[in-house]
Amino acid sequence: MSLKIDQDQRRFRQIVRGKVRENLRKYISQGEIMGKQGKDVVSIPLPQIETPRFRYADRQQGGVGQGEGEPGDPVGGEEGEGEGGQGKAGKDGAEHTLEVDVTLDELADILGEELQLPDIEDKGRSAIKSTKDRYVGIRRVGPDSLLHFKRTYREALKRMVASGTFRPGEPLVVPIPDDKRFRSWKTQTEPLANAVILYMMDVSGSMGDEQKEIVRIESFWIDTWLKKQYDGLEARFIIHDASAKEVDRETFFHTRESGGTMISSAYRLCAQLIEDEFPSDEWNIYVFHFSDGDNWSMDDTMSCVELLKTRVLPVVNMFAYGQVESPYGSGQFLKDLREHLGADPRVVTSEIKDKDGIVASIKDFLGKGR
Amino acid sequence: MSTNFAEKTQLPSYLRAEQEKIERVAREAGLDFFPTVFEMLAYDQMNEIAAYTGFPTRYPHWRFGMEYERLSKTYEYGLSKIYELVINNNPSYAYLLEGNSLTEQKLVMCHVLGHVDFFKNNFAFRSTDLDGGQGARDPMRRQEPFEPPRKWIDKMANNGQRVRRHMDRHGQAKVEEYLDHCLSLENLIDPFHAPAPRRRPWTEEDDEPEAVEVPRLPAKSYMEKYINPEDALARERERLEAREQAPKTVPERPERDVLRFLLDHAPLERWERDCLEVVREEAYYFLPQMQTKIMNEGWASYWHSRMMTEKIADATDILDYADRNAGVMATSGGRLNPYKLGVELFRDIEDRWNKGRFGKAWDDCDDQEERGHWDMRLGGGRAKIFEVRRLYTDLTFIDEFLTFELAERLQLFTVGYSGRNERWEIESREFAKVKEGLLRQLSNGGSPVILVVDSNFDNRGELLLRHEHEGVDLRVDWARECLRSLTRIWRRPCNVATVVEGKPTLLRFDGVEHGARGYKV
Repeated sequence: MSLKIDQDQRRFRQIVRGKVRENLRKYISQGEIMGKQGKDVVSIPLPQIETPRFRYADRQQGGVGQGEGEPGDPVGGEEGEGEGGQGKAGKDGAEHTLEVDVTLDELADILGEELQLPDIEDKGRSAIKSTKDRYVGIRRVGPDSLLHFKRTYREALKRMVASGTFRPGEPLVVPIPDDKRFRSWKTQTEPLANAVILYMMDVSGSMGDEQKEIVRIESFWIDTWLKKQYDGLEARFIIHDASAKEVDRETFFHTRESGGTMISSAYRLCAQLIEDEFPSDEWNIYVFHFSDGDNWSMDDTMSCVELLKTRVLPVVNMFAYGQVESPYGSGQFLKDLREHLGADPRVVTSEIKDKDGIVASIKDFLGKGR
Repeated sequence: MSTNFAEKTQLPSYLRAEQEKIERVAREAGLDFFPTVFEMLAYDQMNEIAAYTGFPTRYPHWRFGMEYERLSKTYEYGLSKIYELVINNNPSYAYLLEGNSLTEQKLVMCHVLGHVDFFKNNFAFRSTDLDGGQGARDPMRRQEPFEPPRKWIDKMANNGQRVRRHMDRHGQAKVEEYLDHCLSLENLIDPFHAPAPRRRPWTEEDDEPEAVEVPRLPAKSYMEKYINPEDALARERERLEAREQAPKTVPERPERDVLRFLLDHAPLERWERDCLEVVREEAYYFLPQMQTKIMNEGWASYWHSRMMTEKIADATDILDYADRNAGVMATSGGRLNPYKLGVELFRDIEDRWNKGRFGKAWDDCDDQEERGHWDMRLGGGRAKIFEVRRLYTDLTFIDEFLTFELAERLQLFTVGYSGRNERWEIESREFAKVKEGLLRQLSNGGSPVILVVDSNFDNRGELLLRHEHEGVDLRVDWARECLRSLTRIWRRPCNVATVVEGKPTLLRFDGVEHGARGYKV
């Protein structure tokens, strides 16, 4: 049932959207949104929107309370609500916060508006659809195996009440064939994933927790944006130190290895993965690599460049390299990449100094519209 | 939409039977209430109505949506549930939540009848009579049977329609933004002259020049020339005459009802005037509810507990009832519970008047032993609480009936912010301070008193308001926002004279920038 309040709620949500947009940069750099992520929505804590009035300054005014305790004891707790829903008792000291749910789609829109991200160009690759049957409706005919008992008995009850044969004292409901209701299905086409993000991250000893946190935040936003752009999106994760392996999302963000760094190992695995599973004429492929820019040797860096040139760049929409500043990394890899591949439009590089740098880096990566 | 509202009035028959029984019991107990319509609502409808403060239709505004969102969330998380909602309307409407147990429904119905009796009989609510209370100023006298026109459901729906029409014409965003400004000023009304002081029509006599009379200090004839010396009197006369001659300000005297002043004098578009009128009317409607929160809840709780325990609840109900009642009366986290405070006050008054614990003899008695056994068997308690429910508001209720003993029993304390520990702390349990704190919280609905003083401040058409500073500063950031709203309506710079951290200050907004400077009215 639609309620009258719906339109007021919509207005409120519009206002909230404005607020989220205003504070987006803060949310991005603090990463507080991701802890509250559900399946399709995130809860964003906002300061309660209040109508300003001529009021007393809280801290001067004080108030009256009730209960145990000696003078000087702290008065605990948030302000709650009385039964009537209009309770205004005790002090109004605590700051109220409001948790608002924003869908990931909406969040991507906000991100796009705020960072002025262009929509991604259509690569002309055919979107692959698949079909699936879903039980969504009710029919009057069907096989007994699909009989909908509740609906059937409801129909029977309706009929008996209408015809006056229902006796409340003896509530016996007997369906006749006409009452029978069956589940029915519809065939729906569903878009199959047609874009894939391959995340690679250096997990060698020099990447600390803070660096990983930055990667985590940044990948959340990249995910959100690309999900909005493509009907289906897959993500794969590769970690590497001196050798590379594919892992799941959880492991990706929480593994810590020690030891050396051979970036080429990751690129080789990545190229392999693309060749095996993601033919480039069907997939939009995005490759993101995060590291602190420290590679084992110049030789290895050269083989990275070689790998990129021959096996990766020709098949991907974009290759993005994000260098997170760490106290141990030399940052040399970024310079080398720029030197050898800087001219290639598919290569995007970005330096992320700290959490505040995330916004600019997202803009670097996604601002090209590729 | 409102038709669909009336259709929902069908209560299940078992509840209808309960309602009849409860109403009979309530009448026998002496309660006198409007006809009351109970409606059963599902939780989302309940949340909707609650977000609209009990009315099925209000004007469109985002804050109702916010409230709805908050209520729905807290309900879904199981943090709160609205049991009961009743509105001051004749006939009165109350809502029952579908899915509550029968005991809960009975409890709510008893509680609601207490509220409705209060709405009908407490004098503060006369201001919500749509005929202006027929100018009634004597709270004890009224025409019987008392059927005041309080069709506020219709009124609010009409107000909604008015605003909607303006939105259709001028755009929702524009009107809503303007409403936000009006709502910022919502509390600038005059609680003593609700809803509007009838101006005495101007007569020719008003224009007669009055001889200036200089007040003299009383003195014996032989002292006269020392106490009231001629030259001082002459100087005073000159001063008074000069004041008489001085250019008049608009308003002539400082005015509490700032909204009314703006309606009369601000350069408003017709739709702006209409919206402001709506906000003002509704602010006056809700005023008595704010003025009598403690009494109203106390009275309703007093009666639900009496009726439930004496007549309504049966053996299967009583545990469930006790559990719910305890939940309502609970005081936790150091918060003051208006239900608890109110009901205890009413019980205390009844007890004191039954036993004759009032008046000079009682006040003068210092003997604890004697006070403890004091019982004159007057039995006037019941009559007294009925009188109290008619004649008092929270402010006078607390002022007159909160005793030292009761404050101690209820463990009341004052709360203050400790800057050193950066937290709220119990400040004191001293009775005088507790009472003072309560009274301050209740004065003017807990809002600072602000008057409009001059509409041609500095001879530049600026508006000047004055905050009657009584020891507590304004919240300055909000005051600035309110000035912004005022400026939007007045369309000229606006000022408020107040005191900030001990210094007399004039806060000003000129449409672009905020300013502040030292200033003494």
